Amino acid sequence: MNKFVVQNLNFYYGKFRALSGVTLTIPDRQITALIGPSGCGKSTFLRCLNRMNDTISGTRVEGKVLLEGQDIYERRVNVTDLRRRVGMVFQRPNPFPQSVYDNVAFGPRALGTVRKSQLDDIVEESLRGAGLWEEVKDHLNQDALSFSLGQQQRLCIARAIAVKPEVILMDEPCSALDPIETLQIEELMQKLKVNYCIVIVTHSMQQAARVSEWTGFFWLGELVEFDSTAKIFTNPSQPLTENYITGRAG
Amino acid sequence: MLKGDLTTRTKTYQSEAVIESLIRVLGFSTIGFVVLIFLFLLRQGMPFFFQVPWANFLGTRWYPTFGLFGTLPLILGSILVTLTAIVIALPLGLATAVFVREVAPNWAREVLKPLIEVLAGIPSVVLGFFGMNIVAPLVRTTLDVPTGLTAFTGAIILAYMALPTIVSVAEDALDAVPKSYRDAGLALGATKWQVIWRVVVPAARSGIVVAVMLGLGRAIGETMAVMMVTGNAARMPLTLDSLFRPVRTMTATIAAEMGEVAQGSVHFQALFGIGIILFVLTFLINLAAARPIFQKRRRGGLR
Repeated sequence: MNKFVVQNLNFYYGKFRALSGVTLTIPDRQITALIGPSGCGKSTFLRCLNRMNDTISGTRVEGKVLLEGQDIYERRVNVTDLRRRVGMVFQRPNPFPQSVYDNVAFGPRALGTVRKSQLDDIVEESLRGAGLWEEVKDHLNQDALSFSLGQQQRLCIARAIAVKPEVILMDEPCSALDPIETLQIEELMQKLKVNYCIVIVTHSMQQAARVSEWTGFFWLGELVEFDSTAKIFTNPSQPLTENYITGRAG
Repeated sequence: MLKGDLTTRTKTYQSEAVIESLIRVLGFSTIGFVVLIFLFLLRQGMPFFFQVPWANFLGTRWYPTFGLFGTLPLILGSILVTLTAIVIALPLGLATAVFVREVAPNWAREVLKPLIEVLAGIPSVVLGFFGMNIVAPLVRTTLDVPTGLTAFTGAIILAYMALPTIVSVAEDALDAVPKSYRDAGLALGATKWQVIWRVVVPAARSGIVVAVMLGLGRAIGETMAVMMVTGNAARMPLTLDSLFRPVRTMTATIAAEMGEVAQGSVHFQALFGIGIILFVLTFLINLAAARPIFQKRRRGGLR
């Protein structure tokens, strides 16, 4: 089943056109990786999927992004509801300067959950889901910033899944992490895709090849090729894709 | 001169050394002046604490002509006026800072911020005049009290004087909160207000504390406006309605009585004694304000 259907998406920062004519479908309960050189528009595209680009002034969108058939850029769409369904994990781990517990409980509280017992359950469940519970269960009141970057990033994932989204967008989630922490996140993604649709932007082609079922290759704001990861990395149909993944371009 | 001799003292090197030592002298002399002022204050004021018995200067009556030097009503008067001022100024200042930083469009922010900072430059005597003629009658008629020259009137004027400091410093603190925190909150489906009150303001907490402390420091040392609007009756502000009665602050006492006191008399020393108390209070407030700053600096790292 398809989670997102994107049709002919154009995106502008002021007069600069960052994305042109992007069309693709993103399947549910699988991992879709977006690769391409810096500045190719892959992060911009990702942020179009939960309308985080709305926070940057002077940006403009054309085309359609359908989430289960509904255009998320339609006028009557409630952006906060959209973002509760489409969560996001950022490039640098960005937990709030608050306790581990408060970080995970932030989303549910914003949604109106106030009962302590209920929050306790959500916090434990989310931290278990992010593979962090055993490490932090005795430190729930400790400042989140006192943990390692890898733990902080998994905390951000726990915080994201605490609001029970349908999609998790990951914008280079491992670029600030060491190889062991990266591996932990990648293993976590494999567990999460059973329940979530995951879209990951990555600089590392190996990572895309390791974790994803589908891969999209962006170049200068255009989606050059979108296909199964196996096809992209073994037998791409576009010469530009082949040049990029073999290191001759980009 | 040998080529490559690293020990040679060139002309630039010498002039650099001169400039550096000059700057050092200037820097240290600033500290020196502060120390000298404090020593002068101690020399003039300390005898008071030894000449007058404890029971007297910790008493509740300030009648220097009868040898009664109870500083308690003055200290409590200052604290009452200052704390009330902060209670008024903090919510107003924080709300203004949040508006300027988080809500106002860019062009409005560009106009508002300097405008608010200009408010800090209004001479306190002008505000005192405004307080006497506008605020005091208003307080008298709306609250139906015998006189409009009350602790509350003083607190309103002081709150106004502390506001620019609080707004400006709190706004800087909000501005320093990284965008990544806001993004994280928004990406979780929180509304703009939820992000402001649950993420941005708590993250800026230490800066907001500094803002309040600096405002407090400015308020407690303020003299002229306070003297003009608080009524200057040295009574103990212990009852609940004291806020709406006249009080007298430490600063107003010094300013009002210093002109007519015999040099070297006990009364003269008593005024300097009040000065010492005021200095210590202000110093403690500033120290409290500096603490979060130092903590943050030590912590450093990812912010």
